[in-house]
Amino acid sequence: MVSLNAYLMLGAVLFSIGAVGVLAHRNALIIYMCIELMLNAVNLTIVAFSRFLNSLDGHVYVFMIMTVAAAEAAVGLAILIALFRNKPTVDVDEINLSKG
Amino acid sequence: MELLVFYAFCVGAVVSALLMVTTKRPVRAAMSLVATMSFLAGLYALLNAHLIAVLQLIVYAGAIMVLFLFVIMLLNIEEKEGKLAKNVFFIQLAGTVVVGILMVAMVVVMNKIGAPVAAVAVDETFGTTKAVGWMLFTKYLLPFEIASVLLLAAIVGAVILAKRRIDNSGS
Repeated sequence: MVSLNAYLMLGAVLFSIGAVGVLAHRNALIIYMCIELMLNAVNLTIVAFSRFLNSLDGHVYVFMIMTVAAAEAAVGLAILIALFRNKPTVDVDEINLSKG
Repeated sequence: MELLVFYAFCVGAVVSALLMVTTKRPVRAAMSLVATMSFLAGLYALLNAHLIAVLQLIVYAGAIMVLFLFVIMLLNIEEKEGKLAKNVFFIQLAGTVVVGILMVAMVVVMNKIGAPVAAVAVDETFGTTKAVGWMLFTKYLLPFEIASVLLLAAIVGAVILAKRRIDNSGS
């Protein structure tokens, strides 16, 4: 039987990889993907806790997180398309109109 | 046996996640993310979360990633060398160092968490569609309905944002 700590550590590592990607990349699409990876790492943590506490509530939370992630991806990518129509770039350094 | 499968999925997930953050090409990153999500689905199955594992494959690895690939192809981004390459390198280095420290801290803390129960045996219905569905429609009925409203709002928002503006000045 794999211990709870192993799952939690894997979740922490995946979350950190996603965070590095968000900070290091300038391509908005890849930043979205890294955010999805971070959400997935959190999901793994919740499912692991749910299994080891023998409670199904965690599965419902993961279900909700998936719903929000799907909504976020759809709206985020739509925003990206709208931005791309005004300025043909996905580089977040060049999308700085509201910087003041 | 279970340990072996766990480590295989573990290594697969971490390696494909690293591939995703190290590449500069969006399509390659998307395919690596699909691999990561598939490995995570395997881990969910290992944790008796059958419904979540299947949902992971259908919703994440299927629907969301197809959406990403569609947008990548729609935008047709040409690769160009960054003119801020020097600055970006230091930003990346700083980000990696900071998050590296964060990761070490998190892993140490995660390792210290005492397992609530070493290996609790769960009954056969744990994580099945029936059990999770029962929870969704009884205890979590209100959040479930709110989630449906959220999805509706997301659909409307995505259509409004992505549709072509009707030009009033013309014709």
